Amino acid sequence: MNTKERGRRRFLKGGAALAGLAVGEIRSASGQAIGSERPEVRPEDFRAYGERSRFVTSVRRDPRNPNSRTPLQDSVGIITPSALHFMVPTWIDPPDIDPWQHRLLIHGMVDRPLIFSMEELKRLPSVSRIHFVECAGSGDSLEERKKNGMLAETVQRTHGLTACSEWTGVLLSMLLRETGVQKEATWLVAEGAEPRKRSKSIPLEKAMDDVLVAYGQNGEPVRPEQGYPLRLVVPGFEGVHNIKWLRRIKVLDQPSMEKEETSHYPTQRPDLGKARWFQFEMGPKSVITFPSGGQRLPSRGFYEITGLAWSGGGAIQRVEVSTDGGRTWKDAELQEPVLRMAHTRFRFPWNWDGDEAVLQSRCTDDVEAIQPTLAEFGRIWGGVDSEYLKTTRNKVNHINAIQPWKVSRDGSVRNALL
Amino acid sequence: MRCYSLLVPLVALASCAAARAQTPLHNLGRTPSAEEIRAWDISINPEGKGLPPGSGTAKQGETLYEHKCARCHGKTGTEGPNEPLIGGQGTLQTERPVRTIGSFWPFATTIWDYINRGMPQYEEGSLSADQVYAITAFLLYRNGIIHESDVIDANSLPKIQMPNRNGFVPPKPEWKRREKRPFGIYH
Ligand code: HEC
Repeated sequence: MNTKERGRRRFLKGGAALAGLAVGEIRSASGQAIGSERPEVRPEDFRAYGERSRFVTSVRRDPRNPNSRTPLQDSVGIITPSALHFMVPTWIDPPDIDPWQHRLLIHGMVDRPLIFSMEELKRLPSVSRIHFVECAGSGDSLEERKKNGMLAETVQRTHGLTACSEWTGVLLSMLLRETGVQKEATWLVAEGAEPRKRSKSIPLEKAMDDVLVAYGQNGEPVRPEQGYPLRLVVPGFEGVHNIKWLRRIKVLDQPSMEKEETSHYPTQRPDLGKARWFQFEMGPKSVITFPSGGQRLPSRGFYEITGLAWSGGGAIQRVEVSTDGGRTWKDAELQEPVLRMAHTRFRFPWNWDGDEAVLQSRCTDDVEAIQPTLAEFGRIWGGVDSEYLKTTRNKVNHINAIQPWKVSRDGSVRNALL
Repeated sequence: MRCYSLLVPLVALASCAAARAQTPLHNLGRTPSAEEIRAWDISINPEGKGLPPGSGTAKQGETLYEHKCARCHGKTGTEGPNEPLIGGQGTLQTERPVRTIGSFWPFATTIWDYINRGMPQYEEGSLSADQVYAITAFLLYRNGIIHESDVIDANSLPKIQMPNRNGFVPPKPEWKRREKRPFGIYH
């Protein structure tokens, strides 16, 4: 058998295995079952690293908005493909880190400071967990309106600063047991290896609870934009805590009060005249991803309304959907798995009668926190009304208001937050 | 291996961690030298712990600012294109708050920490300790917080009272596991 023959046989074996996975696609593409009648495909024609069909065009960069956001309107299931995970900030090139050189230092109020290589971290007992990562500024449908007078059109722009992945790595609590933690310690500060060396203080109680030091994302190494080769995953906390390119953890008896604690993330409360710093968990939030802003329903008839719900406080317990602008609500079906601090897919059957309709969802998490309307949010956030939220230049983070989409008679769907 | 079970109550887990603290579980990782830790540890806390020797004044900082910072933060520190670094005091309560290191930041040490770790953008880590002290002094002076002749060093920097030091809630930040908060917001 010459090399070409051997290659061909290997391909046929591989092809048979593939056929089991994707027989539908292969059949419909060639019109017949895979087998000897197919024109010969040489093994080198197979892409060493798979690519999606040229008919699939979903990207995380919206042509009208330079910011990188997850295209939730195209999402199915709960996992965000790594290549579509939003990036913040967009203007920093991910550092090009050689994993053989990369180290994690744990020091400060520990009994035994330690430096770990990637190889050593991967030898330790590992865990895989599905969690969302969401930016503190996510869900702010009003931001664009304040900038250019137009409401954000699509769910990518209103809610695209969240993504959900399966993360694999070691529990930070285990690493901290390796180093031992001194009795007085209550906080730690985590820091990245990128030129900016972004850092964030995290309560030790959270670190011991469920924080992951992750090297895997969705079955492969974490992507460079997401922190290759090592990152922190702090389930449910606002995105900035999830330090990427993790290089150092210092255990402390108080927060370190570095820039991310005191500059960008605190929000000024109008009712108190003071800024709220240290906001940790993202509130319960849900949004309908289909039908959503910018989409068009081709005709009246059956549609499955679907969307995502998640909460930094725990698992989603309930999602309700309204198709009449919030007058009546019905329970949506939650798609398994329903996991803590993870996107949860919900579904709701709907027959569109061709009339105008306003679709929205609201969720409740398992500590019984309920997603608010915009007006309710304003009151709790800082004693302000919706009018304030629509116009203020004061930064408002953590907006988790109910998001309505309006379906017009012509089937077009648009943002109806106001 | 019991210690890893999620079913073990938290109390048991904590005492288990304490018992294990004596002996490393897996014996992986190596002990860094004191020198290595010093080189890596760039965190400066509000008491100034971690600040290196060195000093600077606003006068020395002025030319450094012009050469290394002005193109992004503006000649006067107010006009951008990037974050304003000067001004904004008295605006926090308005609907157009101007948040700068002078009007908003509660600790002067954070200014030193951040310039030292992350600025100038694209040339991060290029400034000497003296240069960071000098630029910090210049920015504090232009924000009306210190005098032009004040010498800023590891001793004087943490003592500076920032105008918005008491502008934050809660006074002592903490996190409680699974505590119910309306809409995810802490009060
Ligand atoms: C090439 C452009 C550039 C240069 C040069 C530059 N900066 Fe910056 N600076 C930025 C950007 C962009 C940010 C915002 C970073 C962020 O928020 O992550 C920033 C943020 C800051 C902040 C934090 C402001 C805040 O309120 O959060 C300080 C302080 C700062 N720079 C100081 C300096 C100093 C001092 C220099 C000169 C030594 C300097 N910068 C040079 C681009 C630059």
